[in-house]
Amino acid sequence: MAKELWEGNAAIAEAAVRAGVEAFFGYPITPQTEILEHLSHRLPELGRVFLQAESEVASINMVYGAACAGARVMTSSSSPGISLMQEGFSYIACSEVPAVIINVMRGGPGLGNVAPSQGDYFQAVKMAGHGDFHPIVLAPGNIQEAIDLTVLAFDLADKYRTIAMVLADGSLGQMMEPAEMPPMRPVRKPEERPAWALTGAKGRKPNIITSLYLVEEELEKVNLRLQAKLREIAANEVRWKEYSTEDAELLIVAFGTVGRVCQTVVREAREKGLKAGLLRPITVWPFPSARIAELARQVRGILVVEMNAGQMVEDVRLAVEGRCPVRFYGRMGGIIPLPDEILPKLEELHQETR
Amino acid sequence: MQEEIIISGFGGQGTLFAGQVLAYAAMDADFHVTWIPSYGPEMRGGKARCTVIISDQEIGSPLVRRPSAAIVMNIPSFEAFEPMVKPGGLLVVNQSLIPRRSERDDIRVLYVPATELATEMGNARVANMICLGALTKALGVLPLEALEQALDHHLAERHRKWLPLNKEALRKGAEFAL
Repeated sequence: MAKELWEGNAAIAEAAVRAGVEAFFGYPITPQTEILEHLSHRLPELGRVFLQAESEVASINMVYGAACAGARVMTSSSSPGISLMQEGFSYIACSEVPAVIINVMRGGPGLGNVAPSQGDYFQAVKMAGHGDFHPIVLAPGNIQEAIDLTVLAFDLADKYRTIAMVLADGSLGQMMEPAEMPPMRPVRKPEERPAWALTGAKGRKPNIITSLYLVEEELEKVNLRLQAKLREIAANEVRWKEYSTEDAELLIVAFGTVGRVCQTVVREAREKGLKAGLLRPITVWPFPSARIAELARQVRGILVVEMNAGQMVEDVRLAVEGRCPVRFYGRMGGIIPLPDEILPKLEELHQETR
Repeated sequence: MQEEIIISGFGGQGTLFAGQVLAYAAMDADFHVTWIPSYGPEMRGGKARCTVIISDQEIGSPLVRRPSAAIVMNIPSFEAFEPMVKPGGLLVVNQSLIPRRSERDDIRVLYVPATELATEMGNARVANMICLGALTKALGVLPLEALEQALDHHLAERHRKWLPLNKEALRKGAEFAL
């Protein structure tokens, strides 16, 4: 299939269609409303379900219900809307049903603004809701990745019966770039629904899906199973990209939009004779800790750049375990740091560690 | 090769669309390209701007502080971006709405009475294509025909009656870059 110029939000929506999403429940919020706009005509046209709910709380509970019935289902929102959904994430996690969540992050905290931000990193990877769980969190850095990772999110959610979240930001949602759509997959037939799904129990024992376990030992057993699953995900699903790291002496770690900005920084640093490299996490949970630890033995120092006050930097420091200095540069309020402000930070790190 | 182009004006002047036409043409010519708008709680008559980057290698940052070229369609855009164009770069000024001269001697400046010419041609709204024609011709990265083909392939059905006028506007603009 040929490349087309895709806007990020529309690309994510169409990728979900291609991945066989059967139902979407959501509520509009800038800067991701174009996802709903695209699906609002595309899904009915294909005989699938699009529903604009009365709120984010209702949306996520509709997602929960459809997931219990074994449907490929998703919702999308932006930061404040995601906060409203968190109770539902926790119920879905404990119930072990698959669901895809798109968060096109905007400036916060509070109502904040509609500009691009990465302020929801902690929320996504550390505390997507109450209790002990992590969603799989995928962080695209360009529109082709936004497409590919949306498709992957559905497959991983299904495989592990978990939430898979695509963590994008407003600029990725609004920008356009050439990208290629995957072929259309057929929608799962009713008889192909997973064996655990609630499909009517005709001729079989009823399935029970719940997140309520009043006996402590039973709930602990559920938790142990969830933890085993999270370990399996952490062992199998870590993804990242590297640029110019082979001989790097200085390493940048950055994800998403600012990750791609740092590709330019590395290029400009190399032109100035600095041996810089970039590691861009694709999964921010599970986090590429092992590879970062390995690189920490190779490089003199690490600069973490984020569109927040310093969140992922904590995971980098945990991975590095003091093997080399880890410095941080970030912008907040919906501001994307540009190469001409990041490069001096890298030069400072160079001076500090030479 | 990398060109970073900012197209800026007020809402309704077609700056975002002009950027998309450029992006489509660059994509069709197998360049890497990004198009990113300024977005937010905007209204008709408010500011409207996009950044287009065209490159022969993978594009990192989709935003730049100092573009290699800019089209400015109104006075606030002139004030914002005339000082920011990189030395050796290009500035296209919609002279009809911007009665100013650049004092910079390290950039190339094209003064195009785009809104007046567009009005004479029958629709003030093709001022964007006049400016884009001038920019494209002066940059020399893409032939004008690439933009015409981009219009052929990507102009929405309901706007196709404006195809000949848009193409004429591109060619009119290119005359200012000779």
